[in-house]
Amino acid sequence: MERIKGIFGDFVGRHGLGVAIYISASVLVWVIVLIALPQVAMLDYSFRHNLPPAQIGGPEDVYTISNYSYFLFGNGESFNALDTGVLFKTLFAAAIVTFIDILICYPIAFILAHSATGVAARMMVLGLIVPFWVNEILRAFAFRVIFGATGLVNGIGMGMGLWDTPVDFIRADVALYSSLTYSYILLMVFPIYNAVEALDRNQIEAAQDMGAPWWRVHWRIVLPVAKPGIASGATIVFMLTAGALAAPQIIGGPSNLWFTQLVYQWFNDASNWQRGAAYATILLGSCLTFVLLLMKVFRVPIGAIGR
Amino acid sequence: MSTRDVTLDHVSIRFGQHTAVNNALLNIAGGEFFSFLGPSGCGKTTLLRCISGFIEPTEGRVLIGGKDMKRVGPNKRPTALIFQNLALFPLMSVADNIAFPLEVRGVGRKERRKRADELLDLIALPGVGDKKVYELSGGQRQRVAIARALAVEPDILLLDEPLSALDLKLRQHMRTELRAIQQRVGLTFIYITHDQGEALTMSDRVAVMNAGVIEQIDDPLTIYEKPRTPFVASFVGETNSIPGKVVSQSGFDVSLDTALGRLVGRSAGGRQFASGQDVVLFVRPEQLMLDPGGKIAATVVKEEFEGSQRHLFLEAGNAALRVSRVGGGAELMAPGLAVKLNFDPGRSSVMPAAGA
Repeated sequence: MERIKGIFGDFVGRHGLGVAIYISASVLVWVIVLIALPQVAMLDYSFRHNLPPAQIGGPEDVYTISNYSYFLFGNGESFNALDTGVLFKTLFAAAIVTFIDILICYPIAFILAHSATGVAARMMVLGLIVPFWVNEILRAFAFRVIFGATGLVNGIGMGMGLWDTPVDFIRADVALYSSLTYSYILLMVFPIYNAVEALDRNQIEAAQDMGAPWWRVHWRIVLPVAKPGIASGATIVFMLTAGALAAPQIIGGPSNLWFTQLVYQWFNDASNWQRGAAYATILLGSCLTFVLLLMKVFRVPIGAIGR
Repeated sequence: MSTRDVTLDHVSIRFGQHTAVNNALLNIAGGEFFSFLGPSGCGKTTLLRCISGFIEPTEGRVLIGGKDMKRVGPNKRPTALIFQNLALFPLMSVADNIAFPLEVRGVGRKERRKRADELLDLIALPGVGDKKVYELSGGQRQRVAIARALAVEPDILLLDEPLSALDLKLRQHMRTELRAIQQRVGLTFIYITHDQGEALTMSDRVAVMNAGVIEQIDDPLTIYEKPRTPFVASFVGETNSIPGKVVSQSGFDVSLDTALGRLVGRSAGGRQFASGQDVVLFVRPEQLMLDPGGKIAATVVKEEFEGSQRHLFLEAGNAALRVSRVGGGAELMAPGLAVKLNFDPGRSSVMPAAGA
């Protein structure tokens, strides 16, 4: 509290009282009204029964963990394999998408930071930003067109005689993975670029001068520098992928559900906000745990993220 | 011919229209401490990168140990380069830095550590192997960079202004240190600098470069005492330049008419001058002496005191002259005082005027 007072005092001294009040008020609204309160409300929801309006606030309205136990055991005693399965599949798929993004973006970020100049660099950045101009729904349908039974890929593949009958890329989730990977490339490139750009080019040349082949230069010199950037990018991409809704809805395989779709169904189709909130909380909790676990494994300190 | 010889055989390096190095021709003997001295942009770093293999010469050949290095990459040459900013790896320990070249060659972890410790002993920094690079002082980093370069057991060590980031005291200390390390390991050191003090104190021989051209290659004393070109005379150390016309020449002694009257100087490099030719006479400030019997009349403009030296600024025949004397002792001379100057013709150089 003392520190906050100190910071506020500093701010008043530097920018005047009006600006200081405006800034601190906006930050407070942002943090409390827009971030904390809704999340707390959702958390509260998730521990309540789905009651008709008349009974809300009545004696029946008590806290319960039934929404969470439903996720594990369903209505009966048996294990809820379907929903837990969907969660694990979603996390696994998000991890795969994140991993593919790292593979694609690390070289791009490195080239952008260390060898691309002038027009080439500007074209690369433009190419990375353009995906964000296209809205999510349109992008998803575009991938449907590309990967559909009569789509571009099947057309080319069959035209070249690589395969005879159309491959169902939609059912195999190839279209979904491609779309998600493509969507978040920029969010992976920038943090890595940021980290790698700080690397002194002389270090690379020094390593080469000492006989290091390119892979060792990357493994020992560039990658350690890029690590915090990769961690930042991976966190963003993983969270966004696991939380994506439109893409899985539109180009997900018919037999494959994304966990967000379950959440959406509880909220919207079943009008059970309580259970939906519980499922959303489960998704958030699992994602956070997974990310923290990986950061532990790869020895990235939390502070490194966002650097 | 030893494996530690370096020969530049008519090397030219061009980038588009720009000639960075023009027809460099020299031979560096094994075990020599050889410096390239010149202002920034004179092509000395380009030449060093060419020797290390990062740049191919546009024309000519680089020979190391008598072997043509054409299309031999930096990692395949028996050279090690120390970068201007050292390029130590900040995320590795000191020992890992030094042992990196050994890691590249697949030397086992234990052996690597042993070699790193030996090299740390060599550079008089025992026991810092487990520290991080940022925990070391500037001078220590300097030495670690040398140790890392020595770990590849190169025949030739290339140093690109490695002392420029250090403060003055440390820089002077590292000069002695570098020279001592060089003599201990007996390698060829090729050193790039714009600091004449570094080049003169450490080197066996110095090549002075200007605008891509090597103007003179000699031992430090000769470079200073007997510059061959106007650039060398004015870039290395301070000098007075007095333009004039040749009257006559007998042997090495050239007699010339200047604004200060008729003077006699030594022909640089034993050149023969035609009478009437435009020339410049160079005399170092410390070679100009106050002498009541001197031929040159001058007026004191001011005298500055700079510790070990004092600098006397004079005007003579509309030209500015400068005399350096030992710092302590007498009072500073008052402006307006008339003095007489003299110099030993043998310690001066007469050269053709620029453009002549």
